[in-house]
Amino acid sequence: MPKIIPVPDELSQPFWDAVNERRLIVQNCIGCDRLQYPPGVDCRVCESATGVEWKEVEGKGHIAAYIVIEDGRLNRRMPDQPYNLALVTLDEDPTVNFYSNLPGTPPYEVPVGAAVEVTFEEVAPGQLIHEWKVVE
Amino acid sequence: MTSSNDFQWRRDRDGLGVWEHRGNVAVVGYGHSPVDRRWDGVDLDSSLGAYTIMACEKAMEQAGVTIDQVDGIVCCDSHIAGGSGGTASQWAPRPYFDPPYDSEYGLTLINAQWLINTMGFKNVKFAPTGVPTIGEMVGMASQAVGDGVCSTCLVIYPTGNMEGRYRRGGENADDYARGARQWTVPWGNHGGNDFINIFPHRQYLMKYGGEHEDLVHFVRNQHKNGMLTPWGYNATHNIQPISVEDYIGSRPILNPLRIWDCDRPVNASAAYVFTTAERAQDMKSQPVYVLNHSQHNFAFRTTQPDLDEVEMWTDRQAARMYEGAGLGPADVDIFNPYDGYSIMTQFFLEGFQWHGVKRGEALSFYAGDITVKGPHPFSSSGGNLGNGRTRTAMYTDSIEQLRGTAGDRQVTVRAETALCAFSTPSSGGWLMLGKYPS
Repeated sequence: MPKIIPVPDELSQPFWDAVNERRLIVQNCIGCDRLQYPPGVDCRVCESATGVEWKEVEGKGHIAAYIVIEDGRLNRRMPDQPYNLALVTLDEDPTVNFYSNLPGTPPYEVPVGAAVEVTFEEVAPGQLIHEWKVVE
Repeated sequence: MTSSNDFQWRRDRDGLGVWEHRGNVAVVGYGHSPVDRRWDGVDLDSSLGAYTIMACEKAMEQAGVTIDQVDGIVCCDSHIAGGSGGTASQWAPRPYFDPPYDSEYGLTLINAQWLINTMGFKNVKFAPTGVPTIGEMVGMASQAVGDGVCSTCLVIYPTGNMEGRYRRGGENADDYARGARQWTVPWGNHGGNDFINIFPHRQYLMKYGGEHEDLVHFVRNQHKNGMLTPWGYNATHNIQPISVEDYIGSRPILNPLRIWDCDRPVNASAAYVFTTAERAQDMKSQPVYVLNHSQHNFAFRTTQPDLDEVEMWTDRQAARMYEGAGLGPADVDIFNPYDGYSIMTQFFLEGFQWHGVKRGEALSFYAGDITVKGPHPFSSSGGNLGNGRTRTAMYTDSIEQLRGTAGDRQVTVRAETALCAFSTPSSGGWLMLGKYPS
């Protein structure tokens, strides 16, 4: 069953455009030089008036923790149950994290602490989302 | 009537000092409706409106307050105990009935205006709209009474629940993820405190040791305390405490989160009467005094809060509350934190360091004697897990413990101060009550 399809808005359009080009970008605060994801109008840490800019990142991370969704509330994902939901930290700034279903990793068999790298998955014609795969 | 939505009432910053109205505001009454699993959509005697009227009448009766004396109404008017369910928590439109049940108000929504019209309050001068959940409402009412915005204030918290699986439908049935959901829903996070807290909980177990199943001691104790709470769902429906085997074998939801780690949505309403300490002296019931209220609403720095963030947030909640109350961990006799999901309560216990519990020690604390008759009567209310998702057991139990009227739940240790909350690590509020004003 396909995943739920993100709907870009004014703020997120550059992000999803990059994802559709198989690139991962996040915001970088001009004031405090911290990375930020999900994007915001301002930096959530320093709220600097100097603003944020987009920055491409390498797309490498590690699995911090995971759960297995067995009885979620999202209709479209129910046929996938049980499935992994992992918390992935970005190597370039581990305070930035992402969700991942860890494609290729069976439910309950998640190697916590393992290295992962970004990959991209089509959820609708022309719309990709960023996913993460365990590095063998 | 004057509605004051501009009223500055929040104590949601660090370093605010001792609350200026400490001990000058009192709670003088409470009332609970029956707690049903669901409303059937037909019986108007058990609608959320009927139950809210019942709760208000009980609270006023206990306090000895007449309708004409009430000059403030603080009522949460959101769906099913808060807006966190988004459109998935809305049941309208539906066929309506004769007045006062000719709209959604009175059936699954309650607001101050509906109560004023239906119950005939004539002297209400403070009836804000857009009222938050009870974790913050009690602070709003306390500040309003302390500041003289009103002098006798009803605080009302209805929690509706109807037929069908909880929060299925609406946004959760959508194939698309809009707004903030575009960052969570494609991977399966439907949003809510189960997801917010399960990852920090997993990290907690990795950092400090222990197994998820160690929560069974806490969950069972909540069930036992719930059976000692005469108005709660468990006691009124004879829901006996689960066994260890029941817990371990129960249905996984967000594995390792199980069904018994989650509270049971209910259809119920509760009301409290807040007034000045001075007026409280002439009222029918024994007052308990508000020693501080505090709120918090911490922004997530990234997609998912982690353990470090949750521990920092709960440390800050504790610092705000203790500073404002002029008290420390050793001064708190009754501790009723929120337990809507069992996985979050340890963060509060350790953050507030109740009975000296430090970071990483909660699970071993749970395995000790936390019964109401023991030396560490943790969460003597039974909370949501023991009473259903009313989110009010923590407040009512705290009042009763300080009054000495908790019946079979009455603790045997000193009961002169009580800390209670509907709060998650990221948002909500705390209330410190005292048997004495200072």
